[in-house]
Amino acid sequence: MDRTFKLFTGKTFLFHFILIIGAAAMVLPFLWMILTSLKTYAESIQVPPVLIPEDFQWGNYKEVFGLLPFFKFMYNTVIITVLRTAGQLFLCSLAAYAFARIEFPGRNILFLLALTVLMVPGQVFLLPQYMIMVKLGWLNSLQAVIVPGLFSAFGTFLLRQFFMGLPKELEEAARLDGCNHFQIYWKVMLPLAKPGLIALGIFTTLWSWNELMWPMIVNSSPESMTLSVGLSSLQGQYLTNYPILMAGSFLAILPMLILFIFLQKQFIEGIAVTGGK
Amino acid sequence: MREVPLQTEVKSAKRIKVSSLAKTRKRSDYFWAYLMIAPTMLGLIIFYLWPIVQNFYFSFTEWGAFGQYEWTGLDNYKRLLEDAALLKAFKNTSIYIIFTVPIGIFLSIIVAVLLNQNIKGKSIYRTLYFLPVITMPAAIAMVWKWMYNADYGMFNYLLSLVGIDGPQWVSDPNIALYSIIAVAIWSGIGYNMVIFLSGLQGIPKMYYEAAEIDGAGPVTVFFKITLPLLSPVIFFVTIMSLIGAFQVFDLIFMMIGKSSTALESTQSIVYLFYQHAFVLNDKGYAAAIAVLLLAVILIITAIQMVLQKKWVHYD
Repeated sequence: MDRTFKLFTGKTFLFHFILIIGAAAMVLPFLWMILTSLKTYAESIQVPPVLIPEDFQWGNYKEVFGLLPFFKFMYNTVIITVLRTAGQLFLCSLAAYAFARIEFPGRNILFLLALTVLMVPGQVFLLPQYMIMVKLGWLNSLQAVIVPGLFSAFGTFLLRQFFMGLPKELEEAARLDGCNHFQIYWKVMLPLAKPGLIALGIFTTLWSWNELMWPMIVNSSPESMTLSVGLSSLQGQYLTNYPILMAGSFLAILPMLILFIFLQKQFIEGIAVTGGK
Repeated sequence: MREVPLQTEVKSAKRIKVSSLAKTRKRSDYFWAYLMIAPTMLGLIIFYLWPIVQNFYFSFTEWGAFGQYEWTGLDNYKRLLEDAALLKAFKNTSIYIIFTVPIGIFLSIIVAVLLNQNIKGKSIYRTLYFLPVITMPAAIAMVWKWMYNADYGMFNYLLSLVGIDGPQWVSDPNIALYSIIAVAIWSGIGYNMVIFLSGLQGIPKMYYEAAEIDGAGPVTVFFKITLPLLSPVIFFVTIMSLIGAFQVFDLIFMMIGKSSTALESTQSIVYLFYQHAFVLNDKGYAAAIAVLLLAVILIITAIQMVLQKKWVHYD
C-alpha cells in the first residue's frame, strides 16, 4: 500500500510526469506511422484527421510489395548486414587479438595506421572508394557494400581494448598445452571477449541495416538496392500517398524492431560499451 | 626443492637451449601476428588508407565528362574560398550543430539522471527512449515529413485547434532547418542517454550519501557531484556529437526534396559534397570539400582537447 502510494507523491510524481511526456514524444511518431499505414488515401488527408482508420487497409502493405521489389530489398539488406557483421566480428577480433596479446616488430606503427582511419571523416574515403568499385566493375552489386564493410578500424580498436584486459596466465597455460596463437585466440580468448563481440555485432548490424549514402552511391539498380535506398526511391515515386509511404517505412524498420525487442539488453549495453570506450 | 642445485649446474647449457627456444617461439609469434592482422590491415590499406591519399590527389584535379581528370593545382581550393553555396552550407551546418548538440546533450542528461533514480518502470522508459536509435534515418525522415505536412500533417492540425495557421515546416526556407534540427534532437536522445546512464552508474554511491549527510538539496547534488563526476563522459559525448553533427546528410537528403525551395537554406557541407561528387560529376572539387571537412573535424577535436583541461574532472 505504502509503496504504490509513494509512486504518486511529490518528487517521484514529477519524475514520472517528465519521463512520460518524453516517452510519448518518442513513441507517437511510430504510432502515427502505423495508424497512417492502415488508412485509405482519403482518410489520410481528411481534416480533422481520422485517428483510427475505419477498416484497416492491410492492402497498403501488399501494394508496397507490388510497387517495388521489396522482398528483394529486404533480402539484399539481410545478406549485407549478416555478412558484414560476421566478417567484421571475425576479422576485427583476429587483428585485435594480435595487436593486444602478441609483441611483434612494427606493432605500434601498424596500429597507429589503423587509428588514422578512425580520425578521418567518412567522406574522405568515399570518392576513391567509388572509383575502386568502378574499376572492379562492382557497381550495382552486393559486394560493393559488403567488401569494404568487412574491415573496421573501430571494431579492431574496440576489441583490442577487451583483449588487453584479459589476464596473461590464461594464455600461458594454453601455451604449455602446446596451443598456437590461433588456437589460443579461438578457444581461450574469443569466449572471454563475448561482451565486446556482442557490442560490435550490434553496432555493425545497426549501421549496415540503416546506412544510406554509400549503398545509394554504388547501388542504384533495384536488383542490388538496400531498404534505406529503396525507401528514398519510394518517396520519389509516391510523393503524396502517405499510407503507402508509411507502410513501406514500417516494413523497413520492422525486422530491426523485432530484433531489438528480443535483444533489448544487448542492444542497450552494446551501445553503452561502444559509445563509452 | 631438489631441483635447485640441479638447475644451477646445467644453467649454462640450458641457456643456449632456452634462447634458441625463445627465438623459435618469437618467430612463431611474429608469424601468427602478421597472419592475424593481415586481412584487416590489407583491407584498411586498400579501402581506407590509400583512398585518403587518393582523395588528396583528386582535390588537385578537375574532372571531365568521361571520367578523365587533369592536374589543376590549387584551383579547387581557391574555388572553396569564393563559393557562396559552400559558405551558406557552412552556416547551415553551424546552426544545425549549435542547436542539436547542446540541446541534445542537455535533454539526454536529464533523462539519464531521472532514469538513474529509484523509480518504477525504468527499463520500459529506457526501451521507449531508445526506439529512434534503432530506426533507419530514412524511415524517421519519412514519418516526420508526414507529420510536418503543411496541409494534412498532424502538427498543423494541432496548431489549428488553437487558432494558429501552421507554417510550411519543410519547404519554408526560414523554418526548414529548424524542423530538421528538431528531428535530429529527437532521434539522438536515446543514444546519448544510454552512454550517460552508464556513466552515472559509475559514480560511487558514497558521494551521494555524504551529500545527504551534509544536507545538500537535489539541485546542489546535481551541480556539485553529478555534473563534475560525469564530465569525462560529457566531454566524450560532446566530441562525438560535434563530429557526427558536422557530417549530417541522411535527414536533409530525405526530408528536403531535390527541387525544394528550402534546399539552399538547409543543405549541409556533406550534402554539398554529395552533390558535387555524385550528381554534378565535379569530383575534384568534391575531394577538396572532403579535405576541408577533415581539416575542420581535426580542428574541433584539437580545440576540445585543449578545452577539456579546463572543465573535465578525472579522478
